[in-house]
Amino acid sequence: MTMSDFPPGLVLVLGAFLLPIIAKKFRAILTLGLPLITLFLVWNLPNGSFSTFLLFDYQLTFVHSDSLSRLFATVFSIMTFGGSLYALKQKQVLELVAVFVYAGSAIGVVLAGDLISLFIFWEMMAVASTLVLLSVGSNISYQVSMRYFLVHVFGGTLLLVGILAHIIDSGSTAFTAMELNSFGSILILIGFLINAAAPPLSAWLSDAYPEASFSGAVFLSAFTTKAAVYVLLRGFPGVEILVFIGVFMIFYGIIYALLENDIRRILAYSIVNQVGFMVTGIGIGTEMALNGVAAHAFTHIIYKGLLLMSAGAVIYMTGKRKCTDLGGLFQSMPLTTICAIIGALSISSFPLTSGFISKSMISQAAADGGLTTIWFLLMAASAGVFLHAGIKFPWFVFFQKDSGLRPSDPPWSMRLAMLLFAGICIGLGVWPELLYSMLPYPVNYEPYTVTHVLHMLQLLLFSGFAFFLMLPLMKRTLTITLDADWFYRRLFPSAFKNIFSIIWRIDKVIRLACLDKLSSGFRFISKKNNRLSGLLSRNHPSGSMAMWVAVVLAIYLFLSFFK
Amino acid sequence: MNEQEKHWLVRAKTVRLLWRGGIAILFLLVIADFFVHAHPYFQIDGTFGFYSWFGLVVCAGMVVFAKALGVFLKRKDTYYDNE
Repeated sequence: MTMSDFPPGLVLVLGAFLLPIIAKKFRAILTLGLPLITLFLVWNLPNGSFSTFLLFDYQLTFVHSDSLSRLFATVFSIMTFGGSLYALKQKQVLELVAVFVYAGSAIGVVLAGDLISLFIFWEMMAVASTLVLLSVGSNISYQVSMRYFLVHVFGGTLLLVGILAHIIDSGSTAFTAMELNSFGSILILIGFLINAAAPPLSAWLSDAYPEASFSGAVFLSAFTTKAAVYVLLRGFPGVEILVFIGVFMIFYGIIYALLENDIRRILAYSIVNQVGFMVTGIGIGTEMALNGVAAHAFTHIIYKGLLLMSAGAVIYMTGKRKCTDLGGLFQSMPLTTICAIIGALSISSFPLTSGFISKSMISQAAADGGLTTIWFLLMAASAGVFLHAGIKFPWFVFFQKDSGLRPSDPPWSMRLAMLLFAGICIGLGVWPELLYSMLPYPVNYEPYTVTHVLHMLQLLLFSGFAFFLMLPLMKRTLTITLDADWFYRRLFPSAFKNIFSIIWRIDKVIRLACLDKLSSGFRFISKKNNRLSGLLSRNHPSGSMAMWVAVVLAIYLFLSFFK
Repeated sequence: MNEQEKHWLVRAKTVRLLWRGGIAILFLLVIADFFVHAHPYFQIDGTFGFYSWFGLVVCAGMVVFAKALGVFLKRKDTYYDNE
């Protein structure tokens, strides 16, 4: 067995179970060391398939390594390292265990070479991420995690049925690009899309992630949706319907984030928005687009992690999570403010940040493919990202009004994690070759042309201008916005309740009527019986009955002597 | 709180300065279109100041649309509390 035969994800999955038993002071060595070992293993994987097993008639390949799977495994490992650094102050060991299993199985998904091992890691991710939510321990987190789990079990079931149908159809378990022409492949696509937070079941994300702990949300933002982007990228490149689904997700994310008051729910909606860009790119399907998607998934994980770290820092230090309660924090949390702004500029693809070098590849692909409408929509969406995440988030949390709160910056471990990720955001923006060299296809793209930089600056700064012009319309209120989860949280339960109360009422009427008929029937029969033979149906005391039986038996005995 | 006690960044004078500086930058960005050769992918995106007005208009449109949608879909944030 060589080193490449050991699945790198298992380092985290197995290491997770050491965390509760190791002495507290050594725990940090494990939580920081294990992701680095994983990263080392991933980078040392040559191309090819390793760690293969035979399960009945099927070949399982736990490690299939190429530039695309290594890219995702790399960013997942970096995310685990940065997140663990951020989570050093997390006292809940259960959360850390769940996070490590979750991260390890996400790496398992992106390295899986066949559909069966993919499904195994996929379900491990669902269970572990539910535990991340559950580890908060509150009543709300329990309810949220159960809703979250049900959606993912539903998606997982569809995926399993799809995989089985696909294996029966094609006779192969290999995970390769699929045509959308069979029952199996359609179900697989739906299963993947549910984890990507595509409509109509997109509300699980904005419902669940804001209820995680300050550190849990950082991890949750990275793995589930991006593992889904990876499998879509691998399994369904160029499937046209994804373009429309992606564009819908982009605008859904923007509009809902604009209406939202909870700071982490703003960011949750913006995850759907960013994944929408990726899904659109997968639907376009050219080499430029797929490179753009892979690059954008990489940069997105880092800047979204950074944004959620800054939001987590605010929640950790103030205990408050609503825009209406916050404001003016830049005065006492300067470092968190700067890191949040760097994350916000990156998500808006501002020049010299990581988002600029990745997202522009996707819109370039739309332009190259002559997709006029899609290109204009992507441009409008880029402006909208600056509006809802680039300005709204930092403005309402750190500036806006003076809330009177003066929390200091968070502890050093959280500051260091934010600085690390902010550094990666800027670093990739300044030296795009670092990321471009890891992409699945050769890159023939230059992001920094004078025209492109100027046009993006115009687009973004004028959308910022629109934000401040329309600020009175954006006043935060103590509200939520109904989403698709309303159907399973309100409509269906109340409909069921009503239907059952009607059913019980009808049932009661029927049962009473039957009882009534039955007893009047018995009365009728007994009355008739009494009239027919008063003698036979008369009541006799049981004592006299016993005596008469004894008399009969005695006569029988007496007569038997005369035989 | 009087002006001097406030953080320098939020004093009325600084805010005024920021607005003026911001508008000057926006103006310069539009003017820069004269000097930079555009490579339009389609027709309209090569016209003067396209990205500027497009950014402004679509953002205003999205804010208004969100506001309108909010009329129907907004609820108090205690809406789900009695679950």
